[in-house]
Amino acid sequence: MLDNTVLSMRGICKSFPGVNALKNVDFTLRCGEVHALMGENGAGKSTLIKVLTGVYAKDAGQVYIKGDEKALTIKSPQEAQNLGISTVYQEITLCPNLSVAENMFIGRDKDTIVNWRRMNTRAREILDTLDIPATPAQQLANCSIAIQQMVAIARAVDMDCKALILDEPTSSLDENEVAKLFTLMRDLKTRGVGIIFVTHFLDQVYEVSDRITVLRGGELVGEFLARDLPRVELVSKMMGKELDDLESISGGKASIDAKLDQIPVLEAYGLTSNSGVKPFDFTIKRGEVNGFTGLLGSGRSECVRAIYGADRVTGGQVKMNGRNVKIDEPFAAMKHGVGYLPEDRKRDGIIAELSVRENIIIALQVMRGFFRPFTAAQAKAFADEYIKLLAIKTASVDTPIASLSGGNQQKAILARWLLTHPEYLILDEPTRGIDIGTKIEIQKLVLELASEGMSITFISSEIEEMLRVCSRLVVMRDLRVVGELSGEDLTQTNIMRTIAGNEARNGRYS
Amino acid sequence: MADIVSIIRKITKHHLFVPIICLFLVILFNLIDNPQFFRLEMRTSSAGYPTLFGSIISVLNNGTELVFLAIGMTLVTAASGGQDISVGSTIAIAGCVIMRVLCGTETQVYELHNLVIVAVVLGCLAGMLAGAFNGILVSVFRIQPMVATLILFTAGRSIGSMVLGGNKPMVHVDAFSYWGNFIPGIPIPTPIFFALAGVIVIFLVLKFTNLALYAQSVGINENASRLNGLNPRSVKMMTYIIMGVCVGIAAFLQVSRQSSINPITITKNIEMDAILAVALGGNALSGGKFSMAGSVIGAYTIQALSTTLSTHNVPSEGVPAYKAIIIILIVIVQAPVVKEFFGKFWGNLTKKSSGTIRKVA
Repeated sequence: MLDNTVLSMRGICKSFPGVNALKNVDFTLRCGEVHALMGENGAGKSTLIKVLTGVYAKDAGQVYIKGDEKALTIKSPQEAQNLGISTVYQEITLCPNLSVAENMFIGRDKDTIVNWRRMNTRAREILDTLDIPATPAQQLANCSIAIQQMVAIARAVDMDCKALILDEPTSSLDENEVAKLFTLMRDLKTRGVGIIFVTHFLDQVYEVSDRITVLRGGELVGEFLARDLPRVELVSKMMGKELDDLESISGGKASIDAKLDQIPVLEAYGLTSNSGVKPFDFTIKRGEVNGFTGLLGSGRSECVRAIYGADRVTGGQVKMNGRNVKIDEPFAAMKHGVGYLPEDRKRDGIIAELSVRENIIIALQVMRGFFRPFTAAQAKAFADEYIKLLAIKTASVDTPIASLSGGNQQKAILARWLLTHPEYLILDEPTRGIDIGTKIEIQKLVLELASEGMSITFISSEIEEMLRVCSRLVVMRDLRVVGELSGEDLTQTNIMRTIAGNEARNGRYS
Repeated sequence: MADIVSIIRKITKHHLFVPIICLFLVILFNLIDNPQFFRLEMRTSSAGYPTLFGSIISVLNNGTELVFLAIGMTLVTAASGGQDISVGSTIAIAGCVIMRVLCGTETQVYELHNLVIVAVVLGCLAGMLAGAFNGILVSVFRIQPMVATLILFTAGRSIGSMVLGGNKPMVHVDAFSYWGNFIPGIPIPTPIFFALAGVIVIFLVLKFTNLALYAQSVGINENASRLNGLNPRSVKMMTYIIMGVCVGIAAFLQVSRQSSINPITITKNIEMDAILAVALGGNALSGGKFSMAGSVIGAYTIQALSTTLSTHNVPSEGVPAYKAIIIILIVIVQAPVVKEFFGKFWGNLTKKSSGTIRKVA
């Protein structure tokens, strides 16, 4: 172990029933560095951190901490803290009803009697040294989220931490607050603290990080110096595609090119919502399949949610077939012929205990109105029709949808929207977590529907899939539209270059 | 034989199986213990008309208010995943509004000040207003239903007193008492007709509107419901307002039965019976899917229990204790753990019996 190493993890393995979450992962944190831990969903970032902080017990591997020759077993977060490893989570885990000073010292004093004056003086000192604009007696709830985050960091720092883990600390901060946080991080760096920085914002990674470790599918891709790793390569490492290999894959995509002179089915200008997505423009023509792409959290879903009125729209203009329309809630979107299959099937899609039949008819039923329910026979006929059309495997139309497999649930939700005969259908991750056979069926169906004139926006985390079905892709980074690719430009390499930004951008920007 | 087993299995799996068994057990107990329970006889009422008497009649008659409350409570539970504990107190409000409209500020009333229908409509409006208040707290401010309705639970009875200005009027008009007792010449108590009408109306509403689908959908998954065009706030609000109508009718029957009102004691603790009726009906108190028939059966089961206890001369202060014991038993029988156990038990039985069949064949 080198002298400047704060902690090192060697050959860490961890599996959960059915999943190998971490396979032989190494990780080294040095003194006075900001080390970004990167990876897509399911890459194993949070598992690694939870192993390090004693939330999970590792299956195999060793953890070494500075000043200790022997490999350690960290059994609980408390133990990790005693060893000098502190974590600040995305969600603030402090007590908003207590004062700043109380939050910094709560649960740490062995004495039963609190010396308020000493506590406040000490808190004052720490806040001053770290240049955090808060007073010890202030109630935490009255501080901004950024300050609360800083207080959490101050608490960690005061506990003599050698390693500080920041798990998605910037996701609820605005730009100024992020800048303040970064100043604090740099300050801590000069004090010799090693910081593990988990985020999905690429710009932020390059702004503060010295080193980057990339994980993918539970395996270590590599450790790199930030200045030596171009963005495009980082993106391709996270996605697991070598740039050279990629060129060959594209080509099989749909070539349903909408006529240029046609009036778009839907146009949006400067649309934005309370989800934080930056104002964006978007159009889709009749029979077109397009998509939003970008890394996790880049704002793909936020865009379509804004179009559908699922989030509160805070600005922008939407036209359908050339006429101004106001879509401020899902019902309005439905009335205008827009359907939306949400990203999170369990949370937003299925109505678990209701039957397959009720789940299929509900959207059309709501459009038809409260006083005009379908008769049992009508409802059954609709459900039967789509169960047959999409080959949904279910015991009967009365089976609760929760007892179907994921793929069949997804087909039932798809049936729900097809039944409304939408003019424009948004499919957000329609193939996530379902078997390969159903995936291909859904892709085929999308192309078939488009050839019949339906406009479809298709979102998927798998780029190959999007290349296969979409004729145009809107590329997003950090909640912003950063490019639009179509025709010849639509290749994996270009998509990655556009996602990475800054460097050579081949995509047409509109 | 396999057929019989599968039929039995189908029956036991039916959602109304346990509620009906519970009711049946209460009846069975009476059948063995006290066959008098089932005797019907014609007696001459104090007003000089032939009327039907007997414990069964008494259950059907006195259970009416509970049936109405159980209907409302089922919908509220389904959509908001919580219960309205203010119904006893809001009955006091609605009842006092009805009496105020009929009696003005007089104490002994020999002539009604307004038409009864006007009073009923205003009583229902008062109930709906209280429901809307609860509904806003629950749907807009997202307060837990039990906490939200605790407000009117606490304040309702004194609001009622204030409506009457502290007055406790007595109505001496026979025609007014018909609604809660007997209409001359008809031997069946009038509330039974109200209960019948109420049950028919709610089943028609459930059949010819999307109330059930909307309430269940919102109760199971609010996010998904919203993305399917529903407005979860208004759906919840609607169930609380329907509850208000049920409260208004129950209040009317109560004041008509007594021809007077004491807002402090009227329908005391009835909210607990109403909630139990929903639970006995096999409905999850956490909301979602519901069975209205189950709740109605549950309401009569509880009333049958109360009547049984009183025919056994259990002193009125002891009734809640006995009720509690019996209700614990019924609720345990319905608990998922127990159901699972019996499910497995039946599964094994079916396997074994089909096994024997195969051997025989």
